Amino acid sequence: MTRDVPPLDSSRNVANTSRHEIQSVPGEALISLHDVHVGFEDREVLQGISFDVAHGETKVLLGETGTGKTLIMKLAAGLIRPDSGRVLVMGHDVSEMPEKELLNFRRSIGFVFQEGALFDSMTVSDNVSFRLREEAMDETEIEERVREALRFVEMEHALEKFPADLSGGMRRRVSIARALVDRPPVVLYDSPTAGLDPVTSQTIITLILRGRDLQDVTALLATHRVQDAFGLANFRFDKASGHVVALAGNGKSGLAQSLAEREEAADGGRERNPTQPTNVLVLRDGKIYFEAPADELLGTKDEYLKKFLASAE
Amino acid sequence: MGKSDASRFRLGTLRIGTALAPKIFRGCLLDAARISRYAFVDSAQAAHSARHASPNMPEASATSSLTAVLGDVLKRQVAAVQDYTLLTVQAMRCMFSPPYYWLDTLEQMDIVGVGSLPIIIVAGLSIGGVLVLQTAAQFQRFGETALTGDAVSLALVRELGPAVTALLVSGRNASGMASELGSMVVTEQVDAMRALGTDPIRKLMMPRVIATVLMVPLLTVVFDFVGLCGGFLVAYSTLRLGAVQFWTRAINSLDIGDVVQGLTKPVVFGLIIATVGCYCGLRVRGGTQGVGRATTTAVVISSVCALVADFFLSRLLLYLFQ
Repeated sequence: MTRDVPPLDSSRNVANTSRHEIQSVPGEALISLHDVHVGFEDREVLQGISFDVAHGETKVLLGETGTGKTLIMKLAAGLIRPDSGRVLVMGHDVSEMPEKELLNFRRSIGFVFQEGALFDSMTVSDNVSFRLREEAMDETEIEERVREALRFVEMEHALEKFPADLSGGMRRRVSIARALVDRPPVVLYDSPTAGLDPVTSQTIITLILRGRDLQDVTALLATHRVQDAFGLANFRFDKASGHVVALAGNGKSGLAQSLAEREEAADGGRERNPTQPTNVLVLRDGKIYFEAPADELLGTKDEYLKKFLASAE
Repeated sequence: MGKSDASRFRLGTLRIGTALAPKIFRGCLLDAARISRYAFVDSAQAAHSARHASPNMPEASATSSLTAVLGDVLKRQVAAVQDYTLLTVQAMRCMFSPPYYWLDTLEQMDIVGVGSLPIIIVAGLSIGGVLVLQTAAQFQRFGETALTGDAVSLALVRELGPAVTALLVSGRNASGMASELGSMVVTEQVDAMRALGTDPIRKLMMPRVIATVLMVPLLTVVFDFVGLCGGFLVAYSTLRLGAVQFWTRAINSLDIGDVVQGLTKPVVFGLIIATVGCYCGLRVRGGTQGVGRATTTAVVISSVCALVADFFLSRLLLYLFQ
């Protein structure tokens, strides 16, 4: 797949730019990968990956283990560099940016690691406030923001606990709070539901959904669970009622609703979230195998994609 | 094999070695240069180089010849030394620009300094006592037991104090740093720190380096003093040396050169211990097993490097002060 690579605006130098000065433009692709190749030793894991994540969009990266989902997340955060190709985030080429500039730039990106990656020698409160303290924010405001973030993930009671005292799901929730505490416009979720039970996974997806609908977060989410994609595509958080509501609203919920309406969805009959679309990108053997709105995945006739759907039934 | 065969074999080996040595050396430098393009220019590029370091190296060993294997080993060593040097330089550069993590530095000073005090005191007392026991027998032969204070004082302040303190701090703290940072690497905490916009070298390595460089000289002073106390106790109980006689001779035997020597070495040792410990931790590969390997490597390398540096420093300082 080849694409026109947009020219870089050389006047955008983030070395001395504060996080809040890095603004995103509605309609502009916030994350763009252009013909990205990454290899390890003798194996090329990503072979010419190109895709865009538009402002307000939630892009779900689906794929088996080892297909390079985490690699794409780390590329987008500038934690690793591609062998070739370009990675643009909010118009900045993070594949070429020096680490010193990247450190400043990353403050405008939230990253939720697969296992949470909480600092185990710090309390939950210190973990969540880490970025704010680095920015030398006022202590009163830090406390307020930390409580707000932990309330958002329903973990306010665990302020003084250490990560070792928390369950896997609780750690993910704290990790989400840490990523969202500074209200970044872009959040990268690396397999946030991996290894969790279905109920806890649903809680995590609800939190991501709330982040998207309440904080207008543009998200890139890696997962091997197709349910996560449908959860994000078919529901929205209703600010007025404070509840998660189905977009189609036919009384059924979650995946059951999605699977029952495969045919309808295939015909484009489902209501879609107009402002925060959820699109799915399936990776296979280092390449993009499928890219479309989540609903279109339901109507697929492809045998490989059906395997994903079957795993969710 | 006859004598002529043996000499022919030796000659042949020598010729092959002479012919291949430049090739191996050149290969080493080329690979090291290739890696250095990335290594610790920044962490993302270091990760990139690590991904691609392996294919370059086994390329030679595919021929499975002795030279290829030797070259491979040499390349890795040269690259590791270069990587370590660049990391150390980067940590040094961090000291001259904000942000500074003074609270983390204080915490590390407590861990390295106060935490090491018990072993320093016990080891100092024992070594001071042993020194008197070993030297007293010799001095008694010449009826010069009064010189015991001189011998203990000079040995401790010039050499044993800095060297033994370095070995003890290395065993306790280089291993601690390697395992702590290694665990953070394995559990992606270092990546999380970078993702949160914080430089791990500045936040994790610099406080450890500053704390160790400041604490090892202080611990050495404690070791020297406690060692002299131990020496006095043994001298008093076995040789019946008076306190005034022992301490007067112990103090008067020292000149400014000895004190400078005794306080310069620990600064260098502290730098070696902290940088090697942090390097081994931040470069962990291979999960928990890798953390274990890094811990052992950190202790061994920092101890050996400190002892080698001790030799060269002694030579230099003796030259300067004599």
